[in-house]
Amino acid sequence: MPDPNRTPNKTPRRSLPEPTPETRHFWAGAKAGELKLQRCDACKKAYFPPRPFCPACGSRDVSVFTASGRASLHSYVINHRPAPGFEGHYAIAVVELEEGPRMMTNIVECPQTPEALLLDMPLEVVFAEQDDEISLPLFRPLGTDSLQKNGDAS
Amino acid sequence: MKPGSAAIVGAAETTEMGRIPELSVLGLHADAALNALADAGLSPSDIDGVATAGESPTALAWYLGITPTWVDGTTVGGCSFMLHVRHAAAAIAEGLCKTVLITHGESGRSRVGAARRASQPSSLQGQFEMPYGPVGPPTLFTIPVLRYIKETGLSEEKLAQVAVVQRDWAARNPRASFRDPITVEDVLTSRMIAWPFRLLMCCLVTDGGGALILTSAERARDFPQAPVYVLGTGESVETPLVSQMEDFTSSKAFRVAGKRAFEESGIRHDDVDHLMIYDAFAHLPLYGLEDLGFVGRGEAGDFIWEGNTAEGGRLPLNTNGGGLSYMHSGMYGMYALQESVRQLRGTAPAQVPNAKISIAHGVGGMFGASGTIVLGNEAP
Ligand SMILES: [Zn+2]
Repeated sequence: MPDPNRTPNKTPRRSLPEPTPETRHFWAGAKAGELKLQRCDACKKAYFPPRPFCPACGSRDVSVFTASGRASLHSYVINHRPAPGFEGHYAIAVVELEEGPRMMTNIVECPQTPEALLLDMPLEVVFAEQDDEISLPLFRPLGTDSLQKNGDAS
Repeated sequence: MKPGSAAIVGAAETTEMGRIPELSVLGLHADAALNALADAGLSPSDIDGVATAGESPTALAWYLGITPTWVDGTTVGGCSFMLHVRHAAAAIAEGLCKTVLITHGESGRSRVGAARRASQPSSLQGQFEMPYGPVGPPTLFTIPVLRYIKETGLSEEKLAQVAVVQRDWAARNPRASFRDPITVEDVLTSRMIAWPFRLLMCCLVTDGGGALILTSAERARDFPQAPVYVLGTGESVETPLVSQMEDFTSSKAFRVAGKRAFEESGIRHDDVDHLMIYDAFAHLPLYGLEDLGFVGRGEAGDFIWEGNTAEGGRLPLNTNGGGLSYMHSGMYGMYALQESVRQLRGTAPAQVPNAKISIAHGVGGMFGASGTIVLGNEAP
């Protein structure tokens, strides 16, 4: 008898977010290839994670906008233990977006080593499709595209 | 809270420590509670206030046969018990109850009767951290450290030395899980868990529990044990997401709780004879020493390296061996408080001579919460 709770022959995948009404715009944006932040109309502060009011001043007058996608590497660890949906050692990173807020992410298109992952290195967002609803914002070294064309990056 | 208006008159850990498969989580709470009651010369019917985390205060009170008039279930992670002490002292001063029991029990290793801990995919952590592959605290609590290293110049050797000094303390403690001395080289060649953290920079996972009994300072003199007075307290929370910590080199919750506890107690830093800083990982004593103001920003690594927190140093720190070597059930704050009480009673295995003032400083979550308790053995 097949167990309906098991999905055999399927590699375990990473934990995926379940959007809530307050965060749906962020995940819809990611699906469309855009990094959505919010900004307070009253005090002008940009913030993340999403919520329908400003965490700096409490105003409900806030707007969603598309971030530049540029960031710098703020800090990270390189996990050496097995995790569902990940292979080998991988960095769990926090990046600082150009607009100010920070977010957790993974760094892709870059060796997962202390030598390659330098704090404050410039990064840009890429979106990794997970399923019909979710694409995750990940970051790669800025200018990775041109490097790849020259065959310098793996 | 009026400084010194409450005192700890009962304190005990579970009878066994380490691996206790014969007791459930609730059973560990009860074992610690009964030991603390015996320590104070009380029975459950003498208790009219209960506080606990990790188990419901309802279950605790009913299981022990207590009918409380004051209840606190504050659960903000491993420092919850520091917050319970603070709340209990205020409740006693306000007359809401007379004698408070605070318990902790956790089957961290054996997982007997333990609730499953998992972030819901719709929670903030489930949406904005879990998709990126963290595997528990060793891959979350540690994330800020590379930023600290870059900004302060801390070396791997100095991070490793935190574990070395605490193992030296543990060597003097028969109840410590790990007692064999280690070197910086041992730490730096132990298995990599999450760069830059190696196995010996991470806490143990064990079973155990502890309990405290508080009453008013006036009544405290009538108990069999010498009272340990609550001189000052502080608490705060910052964020459930380590990625959203305001400053990766300093904990806002530490700073707020610590400052308040110092202000309430009216003590100065050089009045402190003994210090406990919750050490789930080797960087926590560094952040704690700096955020509590014992040293300046970026100076904690050198302070420990130079022996100031070791035996004979001017600020003995984590003298039970800490979460790194003594025990760590998951919510370690209770054990830090227990060691502060032992030091002030003069009964610690690695006793600091003439310790009169001790601070127990706790963390909850991944730099998410904090509680600081200043204790003393002389009536203020
Ligand atoms: Zn605002």
